[in-house]
Amino acid sequence: MTTISKVRYSRRSILKTGGAAVAAAALPAPMVWGQETKNITLRQFGTGVSNLNDVAMKVKEDLGFTLEMTALDSDSVTQRAATQPDSFDIADIEYWICKKVWPTGNLQAMDTSKIANYDKIVGIFRNGKLTPESTIAQGTAPHTVGFVEGPGGRDFVDNESGWMTLIPTIYNADTLGIRPDLIGRPIKNWHELLNPEFKGKASILDISSIGIMDMAMVVESMGEYTYPDKGNMTREEIDLTIGIFTEAKKNGQFRAFWKSFDESVNLMASGEVVIQSMWSPAITAVKSQGIPCVYQPLEEGYRSWGGGIGLSSSLSGMELDAAYEYINWYLSGWVGGYLMRQGYYSAVPETSKNFMSENEWGYWFEGKEATDIITSPTGDTLAQAGEVRDGGSFEERMGAVACWNAVMDENQYMVRKWNEFIAA
Amino acid sequence: MKNNSVIGWLLAAPLTLVLSIFLVAPIIMIAVVSFWGATEWSIYPAFLFDNYEFLLTSDVTYRVFFNTFKYALITWGFTLLIGFTVAYYLAFHIRSLTWQIALFLLCTIPFLTSNIIRMISWIPCLGRNGIANSTLISMGVIDEPLEWLLFSDFSVILAFVHLYTLFMVVPIFNTMMRIDKSLIEAATDAGATGWQTLWHVIVPLTKPGIMIGTIFVVALVMGDFITVRFMSGSQSANMGRLIQNDIALLQYPSASATAVILLVTVLLLIGTLLRFVDIRKEL
Repeated sequence: MTTISKVRYSRRSILKTGGAAVAAAALPAPMVWGQETKNITLRQFGTGVSNLNDVAMKVKEDLGFTLEMTALDSDSVTQRAATQPDSFDIADIEYWICKKVWPTGNLQAMDTSKIANYDKIVGIFRNGKLTPESTIAQGTAPHTVGFVEGPGGRDFVDNESGWMTLIPTIYNADTLGIRPDLIGRPIKNWHELLNPEFKGKASILDISSIGIMDMAMVVESMGEYTYPDKGNMTREEIDLTIGIFTEAKKNGQFRAFWKSFDESVNLMASGEVVIQSMWSPAITAVKSQGIPCVYQPLEEGYRSWGGGIGLSSSLSGMELDAAYEYINWYLSGWVGGYLMRQGYYSAVPETSKNFMSENEWGYWFEGKEATDIITSPTGDTLAQAGEVRDGGSFEERMGAVACWNAVMDENQYMVRKWNEFIAA
Repeated sequence: MKNNSVIGWLLAAPLTLVLSIFLVAPIIMIAVVSFWGATEWSIYPAFLFDNYEFLLTSDVTYRVFFNTFKYALITWGFTLLIGFTVAYYLAFHIRSLTWQIALFLLCTIPFLTSNIIRMISWIPCLGRNGIANSTLISMGVIDEPLEWLLFSDFSVILAFVHLYTLFMVVPIFNTMMRIDKSLIEAATDAGATGWQTLWHVIVPLTKPGIMIGTIFVVALVMGDFITVRFMSGSQSANMGRLIQNDIALLQYPSASATAVILLVTVLLLIGTLLRFVDIRKEL
């Protein structure tokens, strides 16, 4: 019984696809395309930072197809990209996650010749250099995991091969967030995170690949140790770094650890924590509640991260074309403008400029004084006229990156030690 | 007779099937995977003792184990005390059945919202600038906000007691309702004081209920991870947290090994508890 119906079904579906192919060959392509796109649904998942409903709505409006968004924390994103390849079409992930999941073969390389604005993508994602003179920071810099040899490539290559693993979309320079009203003095260095003055009022994020880099910045700032390469520690260096923090934890330095963006906002807004690792939009969220919060630039520089869009290896045909269309649309400016007005940077800043007012561009990108009130995309006031962005212009901030979020050779060992740190 | 046994087997078959597919097989799978190896993004079949070795040679594991027992024991103590008192009041002090049922239902009302919400609502209450601290300060009891109210063992246990007391109330109340009231009259007639009746008559007769409640509470607390994570602000850990961290970091074999050890411990514990009381008599 089952066999019969199965056969019948497959015969019918062959007829159907055959018919569609004939139609596609005979009729002018755009017409078929135009009708079919409406039925296309692309499933995107990623961290909360760029999985925004406004983007999905705008995609429906501009491109006609449906984008389903799922927001998860970084670890869950990694887990899903590595273990459930059929559950998504588009992975919106960070470069260090890419380093972890690329070897699984769940993502496919993208042909840069199909990306209209490829030449305008900032240098960080292509040859690693912001300007020709800049030095490349330690850690998993995006360009080191950004390219593979060809469509089926498993190993990363160090040149612009024309096949990208992720199309960069969003990035920023992270630092510590502070409550200036509760601290009452200037903060200039990373080591303040472990200053006993803030005992029971500090926090660090519980995402190992990011947290270990924050730790390394603190350890170097304390003068305890200088790493040959923070982004690739030896076992001894991992023990040392986590040891210092375990001791601080036992002495009650930390109020809590956070894992998701909104937890960090609540900790800061409620005054439970006055200094912590933080992400830019979290600062924005605290500020929009009318609570003073500063994304404090520090002398040792920033810990930076970058995210991009990767395509599931099972994506093909019309869906794949739609995904490329989506990527081109992503880089064409609207999303970039939206993200930049939250304090992130767009991979193609010059296209985003068209979607921002002169005042906004000046404030967010050029580090100029705001000439008028600065509002977030959702309408909350973030800065008054005359205020300047913490850390200044794009070049000042991205030019002072000391390290990138990283996955190390000894990552498994680090992860186990991290687990012990959390449990200690 | 023979026919009967065939029917018996057939009747038992569906449940056996369901349990073996959805309970026994996954547990066997977990035990098998606990010997596998892992890379950063995948797991591969092997027969390694690495996971157990790492687990059993790290002093963090033992501290976490101790913590897990500590939470279970303290939570058990409080839930038993509160649960017994509530059940006793409902069973022996409320005379009308209607009121007993009404008050019992009242106890279950908090359970109409989700576990997580009941737990998280403690956070703004206990925070540094929360309701508890600001009330105490305005009453002049304390000058500085109490730091240990939130993100501490105190808040974890408070949440556990809040979440799980009902699991103690229900079985104890159920057993108490079955106690023949004439036994209590007999005790009084024989000259026993209230405390003597409680200790020598009611408590022994309530033992099965206490034991069932204990099993519920202990199993729930020992397997929990989310309460510990939120109420301690990730500052404390129990076995569940270790497993959760491992899973988040894609270390499934290591998570399985921890799960196996936790399972064995809980089974031993419940096995011991069951020796004290014949639970079948109760069911």
